[in-house]
Parts: sequence; C-alpha cells; structure tokens
Amino acid sequence: MIADILIAVVQLALVGLGAPLLTGIVRTLKARLVGRRGPSPWQPYADLRKLLGKDRVVSTTTSWIFAVTPVVLAATMLASALIVPLVISRPVLGFAGNVIVLMYLFLIGTFFLALAGLDAGSAFGGMGGSREVAVAALAEPTIIVAVFALAMRAGTINLGGVVERLGANPQMALTPGHLLAFAAFFIVMIAETGRLPVDNPATHLELTMIHEAMVLEYSGPDLALVDWAASMKLFLFMALLANLFFPWGVPTEPGLAALARGGIVLAGKLLALATILAVIETQIAKLRLFRVPELLAGSFALALLSVTSRFLLR
Amino acid sequence: MTAVVYTLAAIVGLIVGAVGVSGMLGVGLAWRCPALLPLGGLSLVLDPLAGFFLALVGFASVPASLDGLGRARSERRGRLAYLLFVAAMALVPLAANALTFLLAWELMSLASYVLVVQGGRARESIRAAWVYAVMTHAGLACLLAGMLLLGAWTGSFDVGAWRAAASALAPSARDLAWTLLALGFAVKAGVIPLHVWLPLAHPAAPSHVSALMSGVMIKLGVYGLVRVSLDWLGEGPAWWGAAILLAGAVSAVVGVLSAIVDRDLKRVLAFSSIENAGIILIGLGAGVLYQAAGLPALAVLGVTAALYHALNHAAFKTLLFLGAGAVVHATGTRDMDALGGLIKRMPWTAACFLTGAAAIAALPPLNGFVSEWLTLQALLQNLLIEQPAVNLVFALGIAALALTGGLTVACFVRAFGITFLAVPRQEAAARAHDPATPSRLAMTILALSCLALGVGATAVVPAIARVGSHLLGTPTALPLGDALTLKVSGEFASLSMPAVAAALALAGLGVLAGLAAAGGRGRVRLYETWSCGRMLQTPRMEYSATAFANPFKRVFDFFYRPVEHIDIAAHPGSRLFVQRIEYANPTRSLFDDWLYRPLLHTVHRGARVVQRLQSGSANLYLAYILLALLALLVFA
Amino acid sequence: MLRQLRAALRAGIVTEPVAAAGELETVGHRLHEEIHRRFGRSLHIRQVDAGSCNGCELEISGLTGPHYDLERFGLHFVASPRHADCLLVTGPVTINMAEPLRRTWEATPDPKFVIAVGDCGRDGGMFRGSYAVVGGVSSVVPVDAVIGGCPPSPATLLAGLLAAIGRRP
Repeated sequence: MIADILIAVVQLALVGLGAPLLTGIVRTLKARLVGRRGPSPWQPYADLRKLLGKDRVVSTTTSWIFAVTPVVLAATMLASALIVPLVISRPVLGFAGNVIVLMYLFLIGTFFLALAGLDAGSAFGGMGGSREVAVAALAEPTIIVAVFALAMRAGTINLGGVVERLGANPQMALTPGHLLAFAAFFIVMIAETGRLPVDNPATHLELTMIHEAMVLEYSGPDLALVDWAASMKLFLFMALLANLFFPWGVPTEPGLAALARGGIVLAGKLLALATILAVIETQIAKLRLFRVPELLAGSFALALLSVTSRFLLR
Repeated sequence: MTAVVYTLAAIVGLIVGAVGVSGMLGVGLAWRCPALLPLGGLSLVLDPLAGFFLALVGFASVPASLDGLGRARSERRGRLAYLLFVAAMALVPLAANALTFLLAWELMSLASYVLVVQGGRARESIRAAWVYAVMTHAGLACLLAGMLLLGAWTGSFDVGAWRAAASALAPSARDLAWTLLALGFAVKAGVIPLHVWLPLAHPAAPSHVSALMSGVMIKLGVYGLVRVSLDWLGEGPAWWGAAILLAGAVSAVVGVLSAIVDRDLKRVLAFSSIENAGIILIGLGAGVLYQAAGLPALAVLGVTAALYHALNHAAFKTLLFLGAGAVVHATGTRDMDALGGLIKRMPWTAACFLTGAAAIAALPPLNGFVSEWLTLQALLQNLLIEQPAVNLVFALGIAALALTGGLTVACFVRAFGITFLAVPRQEAAARAHDPATPSRLAMTILALSCLALGVGATAVVPAIARVGSHLLGTPTALPLGDALTLKVSGEFASLSMPAVAAALALAGLGVLAGLAAAGGRGRVRLYETWSCGRMLQTPRMEYSATAFANPFKRVFDFFYRPVEHIDIAAHPGSRLFVQRIEYANPTRSLFDDWLYRPLLHTVHRGARVVQRLQSGSANLYLAYILLALLALLVFA
Repeated sequence: MLRQLRAALRAGIVTEPVAAAGELETVGHRLHEEIHRRFGRSLHIRQVDAGSCNGCELEISGLTGPHYDLERFGLHFVASPRHADCLLVTGPVTINMAEPLRRTWEATPDPKFVIAVGDCGRDGGMFRGSYAVVGGVSSVVPVDAVIGGCPPSPATLLAGLLAAIGRRP
C-alpha cells in the first residue's frame, strides 16, 4: 500500500515536473543542431511560471467548454501518468488500463481541445480543430495494429505484461517485426504530439498550424496548463516508446534502489529518443498538410508489415 | 389524449423492460395460442437472449415516450402508430414461430412507415417513406422465402423444430436459408449496401421516433442475425462469421465516412447508426468465427461485446436523437451550417448532447469506450485460430474498427461543435431555448445511464456474458474479473473503468487545487476573439460544417468523388466586378451510382418490355387465361 | 540529410556575444522592478507592423537567426497577442492600422508593456505629418520604451530588449 502510493507520487512527479525539461532539452538540441546557442533546457519552467502570474483574456463568444478544456487536458495526462510503466513495470493503476485506454485518454484531450478551438468562433480555431482530429483519426489504425503486433509477441496487451515479457526475452526486441512496429509508433508519436514534419510547434503562420491554431485564444494560467499538458503528452509518448519497445532495465519489483535504477534508465532512453527527434525535426522539412495522410498511411503499412512478419518468420 | 398515449407507452416500456431483465436472469416463459393464427398459431417464448432485447426495447422506449410527452402539444399525429410500434418491437424478440415473427416484424415496419410519412416536411417524408417501404419489404420477401424454405425442409414452422432439425439439413440448404434470412435482417440493420433507406427515413421521422428506429429497430435486425447465425440453424460454417465480420467492417467505415461530410444533423446521426451497427456486427462475426473454430470462451466474448455495444448504442443514440430533436424543434432547421451558439441558449440540451457525443466517440469512462474495447479484445486474440485466411479477416476487422474509432471522434467534434458552440450562424438559432421538462428529464436519464453503463460495466457485462453463454450452450459463464476490473481471457487484458474515472476526477481536482494555490493575479478580462485585429467580425467568419469536413473529403476523395459547383455572378456593368459567388462541393454516393441506379434502370427496362403484354384488349387477356389453363392441365 | 547534418555539426555554434548596451530610451516609469522580476527570464513578444516600410522587420527577423539568437535569453516571438507580454511595434502607425493596433493591445493580457521600434515608431520618423499617418505608436497605445534607429540593427534591438527586462547580457 505504502509502496503503491510512493510509486504513484514518483510517477506523477516524474511526468508533471519532468515533462517541461524534456521539451526544453529537445528545443535546446534543435537549436544547437542549427548553429544557435538556443534557450536553456530549463526555459519551459520559466515560461510556465511567468504564465501562471498573468491575467486571462477570455473571448466573449466562448462558453464553459473553453474554460474547462485546459483542466481536462492536464487531468487526462496526469491520470495517464499513473498507467504508463515509467519506473516500474506495474504502476498503481497498471491493472486499470492498457495501451488502448491510454490512447483514448489522449483522445479525450484532443476532443475537448478541438471543441475549444471551435468555441472561439474564429476561423483559426475551427481550422486547427478540423486538422487535428483528421490527423488523430488517421493515426488510430496504426496505433491499434501496432498494439496487435505487440500483443502477438507478448501474449497480452497489458502494459505491465508486455514490459515484463519483453524484458525477460531481450533478444525479441531486435527482431525485424518489432523494429517495424517501433518505427510505425514513432511516426504516430510525431503526428500525435504535433512535431515536425507533421506540425511545426514554433510556427507563426496560422495556415500552417495544427495544434497551435486551437490554442491561440488561451492566455495566462490556461495557456500554462495547455502547454504543460502538451509537454506531458510528449513525455508519455516517448516513455511508452522507450519502455514498451525496449523494456530493458525496467524494474518489476518496488523498492527504493529499483525505482532509482528505473528512473536513471528511463532518463537515458528518453535522452536518446529526444536526440533522434531533434535530428529529425531539424533535418526534414515540414510536410504539406495533405501529404500527412500519406505519411500516416506509410506508418500503417509498417505496422501491417510488422504483423505479417510474425506469420512469415514463424 | 396525446399525453395519455405517451404515458401509456412509457409504462408499457417499463413493464416490458422489467420482463426482459427477468428473462435475462433465467426466468423462462412460454405462451402458445394455436387457435389465434394459422400455420402454428401465436407462439411467444422468453429466453435470456429474448429477455436482453426485450429489456433494450423497454428501457429505450421510456425516454422516447417521455420526449413525445414533452412535445405532446405540437405533435398530435401518429400517436396510435407509436404505441403499435413499441408493442410490435416488444413482440419480435419473443416470437417463437415463423408466422408470429413475420407478423410482429411487418407490424413494426408498417407502424414506423406511418410515423415516417407523418414527419415534418411533406415531400421529403413521402419519398423517404417510399424508399423505406420498398427496402423493408424487399427484406421481408427474403425473410419470408427463408422461413418458408426452412418450414418446408424441416416440416414445421416452430423455432424449436428448426433448432432440432438443423444438423440434419444438407449444408447447401442451410447456407441458402442462412443467406436469405441474413439478407432480410441485414436490410433492417442497415448493413451496407442495403442501407439506402436509413439516411432518408431516420431524419424524416419525428425525433422521438427516429430515436427508437435508430436505437432499437436496428438492433432487432441484429437480433435476427444473432438468432439465425447461432441459434435457429445450429452451428454454422466459418464463412458465415467472415461474411458478418466483413459486412460489419464495411458498414462501420462507410457509415462514419458518410456521416462526417453531411450537413443535416439528423442524417449525421443516421449514418452514425449504420456505423455502430457495423461495429456490433464485427463483434458478432468474431463470435461466430470463434464458435466455428471451436473456441467457445472467445465466442462468448465476441457475442457479449456485440450485445453490450447494442445496449450502449441504444442508450447514447437515443440521447443524441432526443437532443437533435430539441435543437430542430427550437430552431426549425436541421442544417448545421445555420446553427451555432446553442450552448448558451440551450445549456441543458448541450450538456446532454455532449455526454452522448463523448459516449459515441468512445471516450473513457463512458459506455461506448467499454464496448469498443471489448470488441477489440475479442478481435485481438484471433491468433488462437491458426488459419491465415481467418486471421486476415480479423486483421481487416481490427483496422476497420480502429479507423472508425478515430473518425467518430472527428464526426462528433464536428456535430457538437458546429451546432452548439461559438456564435449563431443564422437568426433562427439565436432564438432557441431548452425544451419542456419531460424531454429534459428523458435526456438526463439517458446521459446518466451512459455514465452508469460505463463506470458500472463490471455489473452489466457478466450478465450479458451469461446471456451469451446460454445462447452458445457453453456450460459455465465467462470468468470476467472482479467487482472493479474487467479481465479478458485471464491475463490478456484488463480494464477498470471506476479506477480510470476516479483517477481522472482526482487529477482534475488536483489541477484545480494547484491552480488556486499557484495564485497569481487570477483576473479575467473579457474581449473579442482574436481575429488579427480585423475590424469586421461576423458569424460568417466562423468555421462551417462543410469546411470542417474538408480534410476528410480530400483524403477519401476516391470514396466521396466530390464535384465542385462554382457559380459567379458578375456585376452587369463589368465582368471584372463580382457580385456573388456560390460554391457547392457535394459528394456523390457510390452505392446510388453503382448499385441502385443501374438496378432500377434494369427493372424499369424490364417493366417496359413486359408492359407490351398489357395491350388493353379483353380478347387477348382471355387468350392468356386459356393458355395458362392449358399449361396447368398439361404440367400438373 | 546526412550531408546536411555533417555540415551543421561542422559549422558549430555561431552565436555572437551581445555588445554592451547603451541607455534604453524609456517613457514613463512603468518599466521597473515588477517587470524585471516577472519577465527577466521569460518574455514573449508579439511583433506588430503598424504600416512600416519593413526595414525594421528585416532587422527584427535577424534576431531569430543563429548570430543574434534572442532565444538564449528566454525571449520568444509568439503569434497571438493573448500569448504575449510585450508588443514590439514598428512603423509610423498608418491610419488604417491604428484600430488594429489598438485591438492587438487590448487583446494582450496584463501585465504587459509596449516597445516602439525605430524612428517611425517614436514619432512618425520620415513620414511624420503625412496625411496617411497618425504619428508614432504612443498616439494609439501607451509606449514604455523606444529603440530608435532607421532601422536599428539587431544588436541594438537585442540590447534594448534585454535592458527593458533588466537582464545583463
């Protein structure tokens, strides 16, 4: 019981407090790769703190949906933090859900954010919402088929079960089917978290925005919550990629030393993934919006190949 | 008088629902009255499956009747037909021989035909009712043929006799009977491509009737498919299950794709019913495939998922239609591009509609998520069947289910967002108000039941699983975890909706508390929406329903085949000055162009050929009679 | 892609250190301790073009490049005034841009401040007195600081911005 509460607190702290750092690291790496000194990795914390102290300016056309959305976004991410195996294979609410639950928890956020965009009554919000749900809808098949590929190999779709079974057979992680599923899920991660080449998080041109267009109306603490939730989503997706596909070093038993080890291993994996993401974002140009479905169809093909390779290589 | 009728309907619904629940729990009833009807007489049997569908009919008609009560003053027509409709729908699951079934079925169709014809707009309702009548009677013809063949082959029209004699029938005979019966039921369930009547009839009928047609009548088509694939004809071959699964997958994807681009709020809901019928059939098909492969536990899982989704769909689709009905009644239009800003004028309806939209989009912790999750779990274990062809069918089902899940979120963000949020796009929407108390009560009951069915899934699913076990004849009930967690197939997957709901609630409260503690200035200033400082900001600058669907129209243009109509009216003085531009981008229906139009064309051509026989001359007709008599005398 | 990556890594970081700042031309007493405390580590800037000739815009866009890199100080350009703390206004404020500039200022949440850029921003510059020009940013919105020049170089701009938030380079 105490151990459960401790693990829950650790995971919540890791996600809630560590997510801005991950976003900051990606930003700094991207800057260094293009020859700039760039902001410090701790910059997002300064941004969030400043935003918490600002006033809100709320549009007169909006309703309670607009006001509620930032809280919903942050709440769904925090709830997901209790389900994802971060420092231990079976966290407190690990029994309560699996990858599918996780993906649909993220969809709650997308649903409300798209509604908040429409609520403002401007063309920007509607456009952002329309594009965001289109990308999310086209990424769904890939996610589920990738989950199927994982379930085939691990015999279960419970996150804890997958981590433990793949952790017990490390060589399974290097089979072509597994790597194909990883590639497919990586592309989905880029699409769902709104990174290049699908969406540029730093763009100022509204016609190129997907995620940013929906948050143009948010200010002050609301904006802080929205940005925090977005960085938590990136953290959770990367943690899933790290611990689900390469579950080496994830402890299965609670204990202070084990948790510390899990934390350090996770940090290392996240750093590696952050570097890969930064390289991809600086080297590949943003895709035209109507080329994004082609990218997502490509990721679906990868996931499908991963499933069929299991049959061919039996 | 109207109030009396609707109250009576609500009471009937409650009684029927209670009887249904008792049937589910194992109370078996039978009532035979051979004298009442020929060919075996009236025969009603209550078994767990019938009880489940009876409960569905009963509990869905209560809110629909309440809504009718709330609208009693404005809609006087169709009261008796409504009562008859509910009664006929209650009889269908109970029917235990061919004639009873067909009578109840036809009564249901006729009653709903009358209700559709009496819907608001004359020309549209008449055409919708006509197409509905033709399609439903085509289905009836298939059912009739199938049941008559079965009666002829087994020597009796009683369902029990079919069950007993099924294994003795030749496989080709069984397949033929199944095909005919399945086609007949598929028409009622709205399976692609037999669905053309649904998007016409459901929007045309009054909303409480549409709610019942979408929420309940379609499920009776599914009921028929369940009976015919797993009960009346014994254990069928695998291709039955594959056909159902593939038909379900196609229906799901086509249904939601058609819903996303439609401007008419009720037609969006009608297409979404086609989509959900597809999801139910995916689960059912999986169940039949597992049964044929000899995996009874997974078969029960598939059937349970299908039945549970049927129940959930009845709950949230009824809610959505009642909400749409309130909107249409208050604003006088179904066109989403004329609505908007209703959340401030109809807050109760908006909150209930949002719950329904979130439920149908399968967002945790509501009920739509649990049943889609269960269906997925049934599909994901298909590797236990070691036949690549079957695995491929399952893989297609998985991909289709995943795609529809995502597209449904998009569809209902659009439906709720454009209708209720931002600013009214036209005058009619600006004067809207919430409906009367009975309607509001009906919507609230349904919204709360969506939440209850989701969070309380661990109470409902085992009961449905027992129905499934009884149907498939498996000895023990499916082990499904404990009070808070659903566990599928041991360690394969687990889900705890109460835990997720609690986590979400606690996290939300934590965030609010954290915000309050972080303090800051906390001042709020109201100002206009950011529009780049533009001076003129009108409702025309909001995103429209057509615009929201644009990315989907472009990605799936091979399916929609949109055509662009641009009409530019120039100033009479010079064509360089444009006065008005009209832009339309309608989609074309694949099924209308490739299936129905050629079919109707052929039928008309054939009719023209046969028309030559009708010369109008009495002498020629007498000659026809003589020829027919000669033929009968020679060949009899 | 690899060739590009190799070239980038070989070029390394080209950001130049900031030149010593001169005096910032402040208007009024608003730029004080509270602003320095709040925005010292993080300032979001919304740039508004109130009818400028785009000379100042070219210099401002140099700030986002690798040589001047304003992001290393926590400064960041944003698209929506709702996200901004500071409005960076260029141009003499033409008559058609007066109302949009005011609306942009109203849409920015408090606490906020305004920096006028260039000689045009100060009082209309070479367009002062024209029939199409209102005359300096301060005639439409309250201005807290002016970074003069025609146009001011990116180094001057950066030094001015840092002085506004009280940050030593």
